[in-house]
Amino acid sequence: MRKLEEQIMKALMLLASAIIMLILGFILWKIISKGLPSLNWDMVTKTPSGGFYLGKEGGILNAIMGSLMLITCSVVISILLSLPVALYINFILHRKSRASGIIRFAFDIMFGIPSIVYGAFGFMVMMYLGLQASLLGGIIAVSLLIMPIMVRSIDEVAGQVPRELLEATLSLGATRYEMVKIAARQITPGITTAILLSVGRGIGDAATVMLTAGFTDSIPTSLLQPAATLPLAIFFQLSSPVEEVQNRAYSSALILTIIILILSFTTRYISRKMSGSKI
Amino acid sequence: MLGITVFGLLVLLVISVGLLYKSMPVIKEQSLYDLLFTSSWKPSKDHFGFLTFILSTLRVTFIAILIAVPLSLLSAIYLSEYASERTKKMLSPGIDLLSGIPPVIYGVWGTLVVVPWISDHLAPHFVDFSTGYSVLAGGIVLAIMIIPLIISIIIEVFAAVPQELREVSLSVGATKWQTIKRVLLLKSLPGVLAAVILAISRAFGETIAVLMVCGNFTEIPKSVFDACYPLPALIANNYGEMMSLPNYESALMFAALLLFVIIILFNAGSRLILNHITQRYQL
Repeated sequence: MRKLEEQIMKALMLLASAIIMLILGFILWKIISKGLPSLNWDMVTKTPSGGFYLGKEGGILNAIMGSLMLITCSVVISILLSLPVALYINFILHRKSRASGIIRFAFDIMFGIPSIVYGAFGFMVMMYLGLQASLLGGIIAVSLLIMPIMVRSIDEVAGQVPRELLEATLSLGATRYEMVKIAARQITPGITTAILLSVGRGIGDAATVMLTAGFTDSIPTSLLQPAATLPLAIFFQLSSPVEEVQNRAYSSALILTIIILILSFTTRYISRKMSGSKI
Repeated sequence: MLGITVFGLLVLLVISVGLLYKSMPVIKEQSLYDLLFTSSWKPSKDHFGFLTFILSTLRVTFIAILIAVPLSLLSAIYLSEYASERTKKMLSPGIDLLSGIPPVIYGVWGTLVVVPWISDHLAPHFVDFSTGYSVLAGGIVLAIMIIPLIISIIIEVFAAVPQELREVSLSVGATKWQTIKRVLLLKSLPGVLAAVILAISRAFGETIAVLMVCGNFTEIPKSVFDACYPLPALIANNYGEMMSLPNYESALMFAALLLFVIIILFNAGSRLILNHITQRYQL
């Protein structure tokens, strides 16, 4: 009887895990099989020409470039803000001190705030500053969105820096600031994974950019122009009644998925390498 | 560094104050009760009742949790207690990937697969007609999105339960499953609860994927096959027009504030539980 119950539960667990993996496979397969037929070079090398949304010539280079510009700027801003925070709570303050705990808690909560709220907040800030929907607006919102992700993941690797190393630097007469520099060098691979994670999250998010960055058919040439982004390109093309345009939405989805897959595998590769060389 | 840290913390404060300030006009004009518990939504007449949207959000989330929790719990037990190192190495990249797929891709998949399936195969057994864009479609898509989150937290919670406890139970003759049931699950009940709360708050805020499959229809859904209109979708769909009508902007900011407050409370609660758990077993 006990054995039977165990067998049944084990079978259920296997089934649940299998279902989850099958769903993942199903999603990937569906996106690939739907997206592949209309994927061509024009998609990634051309901006929409006249009548693009009626099924005519063109591609989504505007969205690809828009997304890349947006995420590059956001990641730079966000790393400048989150690296100091992570270093501060780990090395200036004691990692397990009460103050660190409170700061970490606050960032954990920020991590849970949905992207639509960051979008609405970004929108509010833009109106306050008198900005239209623009690349800059998008950058503000996305930087806020990915900042907690970065703090969290840098914080995690920072915890693995051996205490002895830090104490050794201090005992050799280094200042606290110099010690932090040593620690920062120790966690460089961790920072890389943090960046990759944030890029993945930031590039795929639609709700923030929908409210802040707007959409346009050309590649933005200044921060104050609106910028198209990949998730929105997918969303808008999908809502078109024209079949060609819908098919392009699927291939745009495939492009975004490929980007995410590459990011995901690179992250895994780096973190595996890192844990291999850990002291 | 201290300055930047303080700046980071201020963001949280500025968001809440800003949203509150912006939603003040509509709160003053109508009572809070009126906003939350009436369902007439007439922006042009300056009346905003959020009940339809709140109920939509609650129903979609409820379905998502109903589907996601059993699947994730079973899978998490398997991954942390039964699976071999090799199986873990095969499954965990999958779960990582599932959490990395952007919401809009889930939305595309939902419109391609879930929506037609509901309208062609499932709904005809129960109701006369459904477009497929429904509460159920939103719930299913959302369930898949929160599964990786629940799994990864539960695995962490299980890992915090000391190995000795399991060994003691096994040594007095309990089977592995009995140990899981009576020791592991009992010990990690608060943590599992925290994971579920975290998943609920995540589901509340999810925008684009749900928006794409739930139909966006301003009427309280009668069945799971009816269209619905969750709060985040309301904000995302109307930010364009909100400047033209008085108080519309304020009402939408109120929607954002509502999400923000609920999610912060839920998050804070579950994080407190989780922190407590990991600290207790840490030496």
